[in-house]
Formats: sequence, structure tokens, C-alpha cells
Amino acid sequence: MYPSRFRYEAPRSLDEAITLLREGGDDAKVLAGGQSLVPLMKLRFASPELIVDINNLPGLDYHREDPDGTLHVGALCRHVDLERSELLKSKQPTMAAAAPLIADPIVRNRGTLVGSLCHADPQGDWASVALALGGSIVAHGPGGRRTIKVADFVTGPFQNVLEPDEIAVEAIIPAARGARAGGYLKLERRVGDFATVGVAVAIETSGDTVTRAGIALTGVGGSTIGATAAAEALVGEPLTEQKIELAAQLAADVSRPRTDHRGSAEYKRHIVHTFVVRLLSRADGFAERAA
Amino acid sequence: MSQALDEIKIGGLGASRKRVEDNRFIRGKGNYVDDIVLPGMLHMEILRSPLAHARIVSIDASKAWEIPGVHLVMTGEMMATRNLAWMPTLSYDTQAVLATDKVRFQGQEVACVIADDPYIAKDACEAIDVTYEALPVIVSPAQALAPGATVIRDDKENQNDNVIFHWEVGDAEGTSRAFAEADMVSRLQLHYPRSHPSPIECCGSIADFNRATEKLTVYMTTQAPHIIRAAVALVAELPEQMIRIISPDIGGGFGNKVPVYPGYVCSILASILLERPVKWIEDKTGNLISTGFARDVYLDGEMALRRDGKILAIRMHTDSDHGAFFSDAQPSKFKIGLMHSAFACYDIPYAHMISRGTYTNKAPGGVAYRCSFRVTEAMFFQERMVQAAAVDLGMDQAEFRRMNFVRDDDFPHRTPFGFLTDSGQYGACLDVGLKAVGYDNFLQQQEEARSRGRLLGIGISTMTEPLGAGNSREYDILGIKMFDSAEIRVHMTGKAMVRTGARGQGQGHETTWAQIVSHELGLPADDITVEEGDTDTAPFGMGTYASRSTPVAGAAIAMAARKIRAKARRLAAHLLEVSEEDVEWELGRFYVRSAPDRGVTIQECAMAAYSNMPDGMEPGLQNQSFYDPPNLTWPFACYIVTVEVDPETGVWDVTNMVAVDDCGVRINPMIVEGQIMGGLTEAYAMANMQFITFDAEGNCVGSNYMDYLLPTAWETPGFELHSEIMTECPHHPIGAKGIGECAAVGGPAAFVNAVMDAISYTGVRNVDMPMLPDRVWEAMKYRRDVSGAPPVLTDE
Ligand SMILES: Cc1cc2nc3c(=O)[nH]c(=O)nc-3n(C[C@H](O)[C@H](O)[C@H](O)COP(=O)(O)OP(=O)(O)OC[C@H]3O[C@@H](n4cnc5c(N)ncnc54)[C@H](O)[C@@H]3O)c2cc1C
Repeated sequence: MYPSRFRYEAPRSLDEAITLLREGGDDAKVLAGGQSLVPLMKLRFASPELIVDINNLPGLDYHREDPDGTLHVGALCRHVDLERSELLKSKQPTMAAAAPLIADPIVRNRGTLVGSLCHADPQGDWASVALALGGSIVAHGPGGRRTIKVADFVTGPFQNVLEPDEIAVEAIIPAARGARAGGYLKLERRVGDFATVGVAVAIETSGDTVTRAGIALTGVGGSTIGATAAAEALVGEPLTEQKIELAAQLAADVSRPRTDHRGSAEYKRHIVHTFVVRLLSRADGFAERAA
Repeated sequence: MSQALDEIKIGGLGASRKRVEDNRFIRGKGNYVDDIVLPGMLHMEILRSPLAHARIVSIDASKAWEIPGVHLVMTGEMMATRNLAWMPTLSYDTQAVLATDKVRFQGQEVACVIADDPYIAKDACEAIDVTYEALPVIVSPAQALAPGATVIRDDKENQNDNVIFHWEVGDAEGTSRAFAEADMVSRLQLHYPRSHPSPIECCGSIADFNRATEKLTVYMTTQAPHIIRAAVALVAELPEQMIRIISPDIGGGFGNKVPVYPGYVCSILASILLERPVKWIEDKTGNLISTGFARDVYLDGEMALRRDGKILAIRMHTDSDHGAFFSDAQPSKFKIGLMHSAFACYDIPYAHMISRGTYTNKAPGGVAYRCSFRVTEAMFFQERMVQAAAVDLGMDQAEFRRMNFVRDDDFPHRTPFGFLTDSGQYGACLDVGLKAVGYDNFLQQQEEARSRGRLLGIGISTMTEPLGAGNSREYDILGIKMFDSAEIRVHMTGKAMVRTGARGQGQGHETTWAQIVSHELGLPADDITVEEGDTDTAPFGMGTYASRSTPVAGAAIAMAARKIRAKARRLAAHLLEVSEEDVEWELGRFYVRSAPDRGVTIQECAMAAYSNMPDGMEPGLQNQSFYDPPNLTWPFACYIVTVEVDPETGVWDVTNMVAVDDCGVRINPMIVEGQIMGGLTEAYAMANMQFITFDAEGNCVGSNYMDYLLPTAWETPGFELHSEIMTECPHHPIGAKGIGECAAVGGPAAFVNAVMDAISYTGVRNVDMPMLPDRVWEAMKYRRDVSGAPPVLTDE
């Protein structure tokens, strides 16, 4: 790997990191797990002049739940931590389903959920999961902290609303108000492949009634797609076959896939439909490798 | 009385001896080209063309020269002044070293920079300013042959179109007659997609020219060091004795490391100009987009059939896409490799094939990726065609094969395309496979499952393939005959060293070769070291590819060992004070026929060769052999796969895979099984996920490991291997046949046939590989054939 020349800093405090980022301006980049940034630098698609490695920042490798059920995922919490988390397995079916489907074990050992959200790859799996769950990002900058909804965080492919001197310190997944169900299905050509199509479904129920629903799509548009109409169609009523079919149809309708070597647009839309049906029809919503 | 040696214990024939080379490989102690660091070494980077077809208007390298640490910038213009802008290929064409007039494929070498380190070299490549004028791009034979198509090779005199060759083989008349008399004709058309051998280690070289000694040493990732030495002597016009090619450990080759690449040539010239060692290490993208690819053939054929299932004749047509330069590595007599080995295991009276090669704006270098010169395409087409014909006839696919097999007592058998097969038990192999997979039971399950909407399928592939080129009468590369060689030195303490003209790339030569010597001389295999790859020390050989090492170099080892044994016998007679005729051999020991207790070991003979030889005998115990095989070897394989297809998504899973390989005598059964498993994994990859394709602009899709997929342990199915059937090769000194490639050659059709069987209700005849879920889904939904021919469709 022969990237362009760059300066490397590994600060030990958040303030120091912010100062460095401010100095570097647009030519500085945060390095978290490096699983997206380093490949880009290798190919020289990205040539930052300053790398601010945040791996030495203390106290960011957590994921924990507040008493009210709100989940916090720190900026240095790795994919593998989430894959192995008992907390996720018992409380967060959509996240637990997605974690083992991200990349391969080597990438999961280093890559971070927060980094994945920041990277804003339309094929990133966490973005759909976080969107379906109504999650947010907490950004820390010179002026303090602000919380940004995932739905407002991404402005386009590989673009987010962070200022150059802001660091995303954690992601927040709000507490469920009812019983939580859901899952994540991903059609991939091989382990470690990005999604040809990914579908995240998160629903909360009270009795038979759906109280909240989120559906989001990976890899079928210029950025992660929230299938809001599909989700809304489910709320306030029990999950029936007709409702499921309607939601699947609405989700397929908002997808904007492209024909490429992974498949035709028509096929990908069909898979969105199929996966929404499969996820909603399966009450337990556990992970299943689709391909 | 002494106990006879246990051959398995000493690591001889049939011992599943652990691979000795793994000791260093798994400890990270291998010595690859990139591990080698020479004093004063510089680093080279190549600037590649972003466009697939364009005229070069200008190249401005002035900014690159200004970068501190840059020693040399080379362009095609500069190469041309030394007559090195073009080089000859292995198929009597020419290939650009650095482009002068046009670039003809994406990734073509345009310039290179030699600098203090690779970072600087890369910076300098980026600073080179090339102005291109884009030309129309051609990515398939259909486009290449269309009227008015741009002529890609306008550098060649008299080349007014994009056709490279027309080649014909077989009996056109007899075949026409047979078709006229047929009860029915089956037809099949398909594309075998372009793939890439994709060794984990990319190509690279370190050229080290020493002005004082005038000697050029090149460390290089090559499967055929001696051929490279000859090529360098001819291209660079250096005296052959002043060229030393060293091929150290190689991190996989699979055919990719047979050709001569521009990077090698540039590093050599740079070292001569700068008088310093110059290292070039290709990156993964460079390897995938510019070096020897495989396949990319459009096959179209017909089978003349009698109603009872007898095959009367075959007609084949191939359109092959060779990329921008015809640089296939193959025997020169055959334009499309051994494609005409198709249908060799079936008793078919007549066959005829027409082949046409075309230039396109794609990377050159059709190499035998784990295959004996295009037999992969041949056997794939054969087995897909056989299945289609069985379906057309309404016959059971296993029975259809069986009734057309060459029978065990029909050998030697002349195939309709002219090969001579010499041995095999085809029916018996099929029986083993059918039993192992539970064929009848599966057919029942399949029917039941179908009634419940589940799609199960079973696919069979049976084939014999020609491995181990030559003989030298028919096989040569650029006129150099395809024999091979070995040299054995037995040291005074009874230890030995073997050198061959082959070059292993992970196959386990160091282990297997010692076992052959052990079998012939009774020396423990652990007492024997093997060395390959240095042209100053190894005997001349044609290298390792096309499953030829055991058939040819392995045979040479046995023959050299036999010469040593003959001399050892004379030494034994001398030591035992009897005449040579009275000496008998058992493994590792000579004894007196009339008094078996009186004997000497091979080790005692070795000592005597240096310390106590009879008067008049030359001292020492070493010998060599140049082996010219009388024929190819013909292993047989039967692969059977069962799958389940998801009717909603087109995703398919392998539920069972059975492999029956008859490769003659197995020297090291464990290594043989490793070769088969590796080959089956590659077969699965090709059937399921792997291909290099191009969009309409000639951009390579598959230029990195995110898009060019190698299967992992997760998705690779389990394989059940069978070795019950063993037919010795009648002409190989120890009865072995090639095995390195059978599974990669015969495997893909078994997977594809299984999926096609699962969706047979659609009536679709063909879905091109890789059988990606969307293609299978399209076939099910629209009940139509699905072509994988480039350009790949995109919305934009
Ligand atoms: C072979 C391979 C396969 C992969 N497959 C998948 C897959 O199937 N699904 C999937 O979703 N992903 C996949 N990925 C991507 C992987 O999940 C990455 O880990 C993730 O996208 C980025 O997280 P990271 O911590 O590695 O971020 P980095 O690579 O360190 O950074 C990525 C970007 O985000 C910015 N950034 C990171 N952290 C912060 C922060 N705290 N604050 C501000 N900016 C930040 C960086 O500046 C950079 O621009 C794959 C990666 C590889 C190499």
C-alpha cells in the first residue's frame, strides 16, 4: 500500500483531537477502525494531509444501555463487540441480526459502528439499521456537543453534516416503547461482500398492535433509504398478511436500485419486496444469512 | 535376514507425507520476490492507462523528473529507441511493452518510474501528464467482428480487421454425413466468462545487472524460469550464459506467472541503464486488470443423435476473446489450445470444430488457469452439451453418459479430433459417484420436493482430459520442445538432492519429488532435498503449468533415479564380490540372489561411490534425465453436485458434492486430495460468483477483491472425495497421471448442470456462469436463457 504522504497524529484527549482537526481543516481526517478510510487511501481515492487517529482516546469503546433502555454505542466500539454482545442479542434484534453480516471477521475486529455511519456508504449496513431504529449521532466539536438524527446526518453518498473539526463520539438508539422485534437480511455474493440488497426492519408492538415501525434499505439507492411510507402503513394495527404485502410493496417502490454486475434494478427491487415480507412474517426476526 | 523397508514409513510412493515446504510457509519464513532486498535497490512503478482504447496524443513527464528521489522515467518512445517498445508474445504476435501509438486496454502499461522508494515512484507516476484521444471501445467478439468495427491492431501490417486466426480441426465431411443421418440434433450456445488466476502474490521482479561481470540476475515470479531466460536472451539480446533467472518461493501461479510481462522487461532495462537493482512489485489491481486472464470463449455446438441415445457426431464453433494482443501461453501448433480434447471420454465417430480468435480492448494473455490449455472450456461445453442432449432425448443423464463412454477394453482409443486416450474405467467411476450421492434416492426426493414448491437439482460432470504436455513431436512453445528434466545427486552419506526444470508454486514439489526418489532408491524421503527455480543450477525444463510436473518432470526424476540405481547395482556387486547378474534389488537394498542375507544398503553403495569404487568406474553417484513423454496422461473424473435453489431469490446452495478422481498412482494421496479440493473450490467459484467483465467503455469490473470474488471457507461447500478407482498410466514410469487441474476443469459443469436441473421446469437451456442469483431468478421469471456476455449493463 502506497498512499500519498500524510501527517499522522494520535492524540490522547478529545480536546487535543479537536484542536488538531481544526488545524487540519478540510485536509484532515479522523481515523477510527480504518476499514473504509485506509482502503481509500491505498487506492489514493482519498489523500488527506493529516490523519487524526482517535484510537487512543479513552473511554469510547463502550456500548451500554440506560435504565430507560436507550442504547449508547461509543465511537470505538467495534463491529465485533456488537456481534458478541449479549445485550444486543436480548434487546436489539435488528442490530444483533446485522452485526455478523457486516464484512468479515478481520474487518469486524477493527471497524466501528460510528465510523460506518460517518462514512455514509450507501452500501453500509449499520446506516439502515440505525435509520430503521430512529437512531442519532452525538457530535463533539469546539463549541460542545450536538445530537443529530441519523435521518438528517447523511447528506449524500459518503457525505455527512459533521464540521471538519467535529468528532462523532457516539451513536444513540432510542428505547423501545413496546416489545421489540425485527431483523436484518442481506443479499451478498460472498462473506465480506457489500450488500446487493439489505433490508432492516424494526418494529415495536403492544399486544397485537404495531406501535412503531422502521424500515430502511441498503444498497438500493444513492444513499441509505428510509422506507417511511412502508413503515407508517404498519403502525396502529396488527401485522396481517395484507399489511405485510402492502409494506413490502411500498418499500420496493421507494427503492432506487441501479442495474449493474450485481443484478438488474428489477431484481433488486424484487429482493427488497421479498426481504420485507420475510422479515415481517418472522416474528422472532433473527438473523439469517440470505446468501 | 534383514527386514524389507516399509515404503510408507520411509515416505515413498503412497505415503501421505506432510508437506515439507509448509514448515517455512506457515511460519512466515518463505522467501518471495518481495522479501528480497538487495543493496542499492531502487523501486519501479507502472503508470497504466485509464482508458480502454485511445490514441496517445502526448506524454509530458517533466514534472515527474523533478520529484526528488526519481532516477528514471521510461516511456514507450524511449523504449522504441532501444527497439523494446514491443516484444514478441508466446503465440507469435507482438505486445506493447510501453504504449507508443495507442492504448488498447484499460490498465495497459504507459510509462514507468524508478525511484528511491515505491511511494515516490507512485507520486511521480501521478505527475506524468498523458493526453489521450478516446477511440471506440470493443469488449466482445461480436463487437469486434461487426462490420465497420475499429481495427484495434492498426500497428500490424495487413491487419484490416480484428480477426486473429481461423482454425479448423476434425472431419468436416464425415461430420456432415453423420448429421444428415441423425434422428435428432441437440444444440447449445454459451459463454465461458473471463476469469483470472488471481494468485495471492502478484507478479514482480528484481533485475540486477552488474556492469563489472556483465551478468544479469533477475529474481522473478515465474513458473517457467528457463523459458524466461531464453526470452530475455532473445528480446534483450543478451548472451544466455550471462542471464540468471531465479524464481524463489512463489505465492501461487495457476498459469498467471507463465507469460512475460512488460513490468519484467522494464525492470530489466532500468537495471541495465541505472546499473542498480530495480524492484517491481505489481499491486492487486495491476495484476487483475493487466496480466494473463483465462477463458472468455463463446461456444456454440451441435450434437447428432440416434434416438436410442447414441452420439453420432459433434460440431463445435468457438469465438475466443484474446484481448488486445494474442499472447496466449500454449503449444504453438494449436491456436485454441487443446479445445479439441472435448468429448474425449465419449465414443463418437465424427467431430469437427471451427475456431476463430478476435482482438478486443481487453487485457491480453489467455493463460491456462489451472488447466491444460483451454481444456476447461472444452470440458465445460462437453458436459453442458451432454446434459442438454440427455434432456432433449428424455433420457436419464447418467445412463446417457454411460452408454456413450469409451469402454474399458477399447483402449487405446483415437478421439474424433485425433487425440489418443490410453486408459480408464469410466463406467466404474460413474458407478462410485452415483452410489455415493445416492442417485436414485435423490431423484425421488427431487420429485417430492417439487410437488411442495422446492427446487432440488442434480448435476453430473464426467470427463477425461489431456495432461502433461508434450510429447515433443507435437508440443512446443515458440519452437522449444515440451520435455522436462531432473538431476539427482546422491551424497556420500546416502543423502540426496533433486533439481528439476519445473517450478512449484505451492503444489508440494519438494515433498512429492522426494517421494519419487524414495520409491526408486529406497532412501528415506526426509533425506532428500529438492531445489527448483534457479536457471544457473537447475537443468533446463519447460516449467510448471498445465498439470505437467508429475507427468513430465516427475517421470524424469524416476528415470534419473533408475540410472543411479543401475550404477549403485554395479557398486553393490563390487562390495558383495559377486557379479552384477547375481545382485537382486529390494527397496533400499541390494542382496545376493543365492544368499539373501548378504546385502548392502543403498547408503553403503553411495559411500562406496566416493570411497571404494571398482577400478575403472567413474566416481560419484549422480545422474540426470531429459524426459520426453510418449503421450499425454489421461486422468478421469466424475463430479456430482446436488443443489437447492430458492425460487424467490435465485440463491442456490450446494447440498452435496461427490468427486471421484482416477488419476492413476497417487504419489502423495494427501497432496492429491488437496489439489482436488482446491480445484473444486475454484470450480465452485467460477460457477457461483467469479468473473471479470467489462462495461461498454471497457472499464474492467473485477479489478479488486471487492468485485473479483474468491470464495471463503464460509460459502465453499464440503466435498466428499473418492479414490476407489485407480487406472495406472500405461506409459508413465510410476503410473501417475496429472491431477492438478481435473477438479477446476471438470467441476464447473457439475455445479451448473445441477442448477439447470433444478430449474428444468422452465425449459431454459442455459444460464451463463457465474450463476448469480439474479441470473437464475431471471431465467425462472422470464423463462429465457440468460447471457453473461459483456458489456455488463448499467443504467447510466
Ligand atoms: C473488506 C471489507 C468489507 C466490508 N464489508 C462491509 C459490509 O459488508 N458492510 C458494511 O457496512 N461495511 C463493510 N465494510 C466497511 C466497514 O464496516 C468499516 O469498518 C466502516 O464502514 C467504517 O468504520 P471504521 O471505524 O473502520 O472507519 P474509518 O475507516 O476509520 O473511517 C471511515 C470514515 O468515517 C470517518 N470517521 C470515522 N469515525 C469517525 C468519528 N468518530 N467521527 C468523525 N468521523 C469519523 C473517517 O474520517 C472516514 O472518513 C467493509 C470494509 C472492508 C475493508
